[in-house]
Amino acid sequence: MSAIPRWADIVLIPLINLFLAFLISGLVILAIGEDPIAALKVMIDGALGSSYGWGYTLYYTTNFIFTGLAVAVAFHASLFNIGGEGQAAMGGLGVALICLFIPWPHWTIALVAATLAAAAFGAFWASIPAYLQAKRGSHIVITTIMFNFIAAALLNYVIVNNLRPKGAMDPATAKFPEPTHLPSLGDMLGTFGIPFSKGTPANVTLLVALAACVFVYFLIWRTKLGFQIRAFGKSQPAAVYAGINPVKITIICMMISGGLAGMMAINNVMGEAERLILGSVEGAGFIGIAVALMGRSHPIGIVLAALLFGFLAQGGAELSLWTSVPRELVTVIQALVILFTGALDGMVRAPVERVFLALRREA
Amino acid sequence: MDYFTILQIVDSALRLATPLLFACLAGLFSERAGIFDIGLEGKMLGAAFFSAATAFATGSVWLGLLAGIGASLALSAIHGLASITFRGNQLISGVAINFLASGLTVLIGLSWFKLGGQTPALSGAARFSGVDLPFAEALSGVPLIGPIYSEVLSGHTILVYVALLCVPLSWYVLYRTRFGLRLRAVGENPAAVDTAGISVIGLRYSAILIAGVLCGLAGAYLATGLGASFVREMTAGRGFIALAALIFAKWRPWYALYATFLFGLLEAVSNRYPSVDLGFVTLPSQFMQALPYILTVVILAGFVGKAIPPRAGGQPYVKER
Repeated sequence: MSAIPRWADIVLIPLINLFLAFLISGLVILAIGEDPIAALKVMIDGALGSSYGWGYTLYYTTNFIFTGLAVAVAFHASLFNIGGEGQAAMGGLGVALICLFIPWPHWTIALVAATLAAAAFGAFWASIPAYLQAKRGSHIVITTIMFNFIAAALLNYVIVNNLRPKGAMDPATAKFPEPTHLPSLGDMLGTFGIPFSKGTPANVTLLVALAACVFVYFLIWRTKLGFQIRAFGKSQPAAVYAGINPVKITIICMMISGGLAGMMAINNVMGEAERLILGSVEGAGFIGIAVALMGRSHPIGIVLAALLFGFLAQGGAELSLWTSVPRELVTVIQALVILFTGALDGMVRAPVERVFLALRREA
Repeated sequence: MDYFTILQIVDSALRLATPLLFACLAGLFSERAGIFDIGLEGKMLGAAFFSAATAFATGSVWLGLLAGIGASLALSAIHGLASITFRGNQLISGVAINFLASGLTVLIGLSWFKLGGQTPALSGAARFSGVDLPFAEALSGVPLIGPIYSEVLSGHTILVYVALLCVPLSWYVLYRTRFGLRLRAVGENPAAVDTAGISVIGLRYSAILIAGVLCGLAGAYLATGLGASFVREMTAGRGFIALAALIFAKWRPWYALYATFLFGLLEAVSNRYPSVDLGFVTLPSQFMQALPYILTVVILAGFVGKAIPPRAGGQPYVKER
């Protein structure tokens, strides 16, 4: 029995954390001589005030759902997958190879193939640190960090030397062929007669992301494997005693995690850029950590948290467009959210627990 | 490749290894006390910005250095608060610090200097200039050994020598003083240290503050010694390379010197040659950039030697009730 009710853990504490993060961000805006309330207004207007804004917000949200789920699945096994960045980059490579070298008749088949390739590449990239953790005892946090950098170097090499079209200067592959272009949210809603901005990058991948949420929910709470993952995460000796193979669980769990991170590529590489650009992950792998923390590693929480970070990403872009507050403010807000929800959680939790204990004693 | 080219590469390796060495020793103190520190990158970045900004504003590189150390200490204090006082997750705290530094440096930089996140170029007394070691000129004529002294060892900024001196100093503090013994003990078995009546929290905070000072030196060197201004994201993963070097060095000071020098050498070689032709195979520059990480993974995997981290690393200490 914990000291606080469940609703306080999943609603109240994240809200307090968020409030503190925004409070300090507000002070930062004040410190650089801008008006925090006006800035917030611009962000809300820009990210949520129009279907154009929503189109971008949902695009970022899709990215963060994938990386958030990736971190969350690993969290359930008490593994910290900090390598989402590299796994998503490798997923991009998988998507690029599938889209560039196989002539697809229709985007639906291409999407299925690209999803599988993205997941396979991401899972592969996570499997090596997982194996090293399970078999050789090397710390998965350090190895996944190292694999982020190795992935960046590998991608740099492959794009520049193998995939870059002749004569092109920027480190990017050629544009993917027309049949692999995914329909945007505007196109899709348009067929149902709902007006939605067509010039935005949000696309059909959003549905794949939501399906991934359902998949993760069933995996973690409704399957034997999910039970094993959670048991392993709660207590490794107990799990081993119950006949759960720690090596198998570590590797499978990390491969699912890496696969989810890799699947982000169908959104940003196949859906948005329609070619593989160097550094296209843009920190989404790290933001997944914040999303998983805020969302309490539950798919519903992750969707909400991803929406929040999607709002921040798009709002921040608008902010730099219309005011003199630079886009990097969003990085600061993200940092503060990670700090307060992840690292300084105890600072908020202890007083809240005390309040609830006092209330219970009176009752 | 002639003798002089080799000397030039070694000379540049020494410069490039210096920030790595400072940061690696910072991580050494922190992790030996049981606090994981993946925020080295962020602390260096914060220090680089504030040292360059202060050096530009005051015209004094020394005040810049102080400001850099101050910024790094502030981030260290956040890390300590999160991971020691409130027993939060040290890794997540480190990630947050990296993000915070990456955002704040550009945000403040844009607001103060309006140069796209950079600081104005530093010159004169706002930068560390090279120091000629005694007799450098006179000994340069001596064959073979002379150029090593005058080209490679002499002519660096003072911070390079400070970094080199920090190695024996760290060794002495960690292995020959009572404080060092306790610091290492607190990273292995904090309960035992607590039982002996020594403050675990006090020791861990001092370790983190030492790490803050060292990261401050690393950042200040980047912006005012190696470079001549702050550029956004100028640490470029050096904090993580230092972390890799720390593992490579198996958490020991002298090995930290060798590991950071090796990684500095790799960077120097890949700066000078886009690709390295070994005769039978050509190594691309990307491979050289990834090599520190690959080597670290190999070491971590235990295929070549075994890197065993401090036992209590990453676990917040809860006093028995």
